[in-house]
Amino acid sequence: MVKLVIVRDDGFHNDDLDGAKFVSSSEVAVSIGEPIHLNLQADDEIDKLQPHFPHIRVIRIQFSSFENGTGFSLAFRLRQLGYRGRLRAEGHLIADQYPLARRSGFDEVAIFSDIAERQPAEQWPIDSAQKGLSYQSRLQKAEDQLN
Amino acid sequence: MSRREQFWVITSNHLIEGDAIWLNNSGDWTRKLGEAKLFDDRDSAETALMTADKERHIHVGAYLAAARPGRDQKPEPQHVREQIRTTGPSNYFHGKQATASDVSV
Amino acid sequence: MYQYNDFDQAFVRGRVKEFRGQVERRLSGALTEEEFKPLRLKNGLYLQLHAYMLRVAIPYGTLDSRQMRRLADIAERWDKGYGHFTTRQNVQFNWPRLADVPDILDALADVSMHAIQTSGNCIRNVTADHFAAAADDEIEDPRQTAELLRQWSTDHPEFQYLPRKFKIAVTGSQNDRAVTRAHDIGIRALQDSDGRHGYEILIGGGLGRTPMLGQVVRSFLPKEHLLPYIEAILRVYNLYGRRDNKYKARIKILLHETGLTLLQNQIETEFQACQSRFSGIDSELRQHIEQAFAPPSFVAVPHDQFDIRMTGDSAFSEWFKTNTAKHRDNHHAILTISLKPVGGTPGDATSSQMRVIADLAEQFGYNEIRISHEQNIILPHLPLGHLPQVYDRLRDAQLETANVGLLSDIIACPGMDYCALATARSIPVAQEISQRFDTLRLERKIGPIKIKISGCINACGHHHVGDIGILGLDRAGVENYQITLGGDASEKARIGKRAGPGFSFDDLIPALERLLEAYLELRLMPEETFGDCHRRLGSEPFQRALYPADVQQAA
Repeated sequence: MVKLVIVRDDGFHNDDLDGAKFVSSSEVAVSIGEPIHLNLQADDEIDKLQPHFPHIRVIRIQFSSFENGTGFSLAFRLRQLGYRGRLRAEGHLIADQYPLARRSGFDEVAIFSDIAERQPAEQWPIDSAQKGLSYQSRLQKAEDQLN
Repeated sequence: MSRREQFWVITSNHLIEGDAIWLNNSGDWTRKLGEAKLFDDRDSAETALMTADKERHIHVGAYLAAARPGRDQKPEPQHVREQIRTTGPSNYFHGKQATASDVSV
Repeated sequence: MYQYNDFDQAFVRGRVKEFRGQVERRLSGALTEEEFKPLRLKNGLYLQLHAYMLRVAIPYGTLDSRQMRRLADIAERWDKGYGHFTTRQNVQFNWPRLADVPDILDALADVSMHAIQTSGNCIRNVTADHFAAAADDEIEDPRQTAELLRQWSTDHPEFQYLPRKFKIAVTGSQNDRAVTRAHDIGIRALQDSDGRHGYEILIGGGLGRTPMLGQVVRSFLPKEHLLPYIEAILRVYNLYGRRDNKYKARIKILLHETGLTLLQNQIETEFQACQSRFSGIDSELRQHIEQAFAPPSFVAVPHDQFDIRMTGDSAFSEWFKTNTAKHRDNHHAILTISLKPVGGTPGDATSSQMRVIADLAEQFGYNEIRISHEQNIILPHLPLGHLPQVYDRLRDAQLETANVGLLSDIIACPGMDYCALATARSIPVAQEISQRFDTLRLERKIGPIKIKISGCINACGHHHVGDIGILGLDRAGVENYQITLGGDASEKARIGKRAGPGFSFDDLIPALERLLEAYLELRLMPEETFGDCHRRLGSEPFQRALYPADVQQAA
């Protein structure tokens, strides 16, 4: 079993979901009533998941390669659809992508231990992610100022 | 040229300078194609490439390039692309053709 | 001109610092080359045949004298004393060392410039009409739209790892000088019958391996809806674009495989969903940007000297007629400085030439300089009265070539002399064409014509949309050149068709000579351009000239 390292705004953590059972998007409908741990692949359709949001405790989106950025749009769309629960990006992500993941709507990033060894906590730009300064937030700010 | 007569060199680009470099007989890198090791069979060239490819802190993107033995059995490029890498661009006298290329790697 | 605010400045500095760290982490081994490569590409850094190459953005092709001088300094200090201006309104330095690049980026940041998103699978430098705010046929300045898109797309968290690169071009005029139909998104400013400003939006254009022209996805988009609509297009593309094959990863393939109607519906649905987030943007921010691009107040200068030179100096008047375009102010001209001297490298300017251009812009041209996708430099606002002085100073700097729009005003990619992707050389082909037809003294007789050369199938030299396109390929280690005919980059955009088998490097120039001699025979009158003649007759008579029976037998 490969150990995951969880990266959050306050640094590296052990995986509190280690061993938890995750279901695929097609199994969500039959999991009604339980707190759901949902696993999404990059090509999963997510629009139909909306009614199940209240029952979902955590969604993790798999990154097969750090160069496949589908997950960033999936995360954004889940948030746009109203998902407020925990959202994790899992797989091959690199330190430099942490601010992108946070700004796309992820709460945390789960990486394999080999990447964590090569790119230790101090290389993850969690500071800049926390400041949240970006052109996009400025464009949002213009909206806030006027509303 | 039949397949049996094919020769190869192992070439890459230097990580910091970015210029073309070649693997020589002692397993080091050289900036001169003329000093490169000429492989006469593909298998041993592939094996050497795999070893060379591990030195990612020195170079980027090693590959086998077809070559032929020229004067004094020194390797010469087969392909016009490799010719250009060996000398420099054709529009300006820049690159290897203009520099004293005995700068060691 | 748009001036960086504190945020822009801090952002660009932050990126340099980040990249400096990334270079250090690459050297230490924390980042593998596979991981480093997309990061360096997002900062404009390629590894080419002889060295690294740094591609610096010139957003919407606009820069001022201070910035041009800085490019000259960088070329001298870290490169080999010249820069190469490209078809994407960028400038490329061909010889930097990896360890020096962070310093170069800092030197750029000093003058509000950067290399961000000039490469990689992200939204690239947004291009625009190089005659913006000067042309008399303009509906609105396309740069305000391009600047808004620059801000929105820069470091957009969702769109840094797209299936493939993504190019956007904007035109503010019906006469399309930005090749909008050859971009992933083409944006055309227009006004509806009620006088409302908006855009026509095209998607799915692109050259490369599978050339396609963009299709209209929205015929009128109200101006204030621009960002949510573009974001919707990008989100749909990022979610559904193909990632299994890089040659099928552009949005044009998604459009082709999904069909316009279905894709349009997906985009509209996404647009409805994300529109509300953008409700307030387009007033305040846009106003600020619009003001930044207000044209200078044009001041007429007495032009007696100009009138004298026009009648008494044929070299001057020829240069004026060929290299200037009509300005919206009658006392001004738009000057195109040709970077295509006979036998030269298309798009190259030396540091001293850059400084001359910077000085001229500062002294005579309201401090404005543009880069065109045709690899020339524009001084967009020049009072007629200053043109004699400008001409004389350009002549001293060997920048007075009077060939804009003519045969030797060739677009050429760097080709195999520099580019790691190229399959054949482009630059020597351009050099030989200009030299040969200069010897023949045929350029003026042939008249307006666009020759465009790409050194590989990726078509950076836009060969598909040239009257004559030349594509350099590799045939078993030997360069081979295919000719396409009938392309058009304007608002009447058209993809050229391959004329037949390719030519060797040595046979190419004689073939082009036969082709152009045939045109001179075939045209009805001197005013019928090569493009018009080809539209009238089709390729067949030109193919006969390219492939005469006796030449085929000899081959």
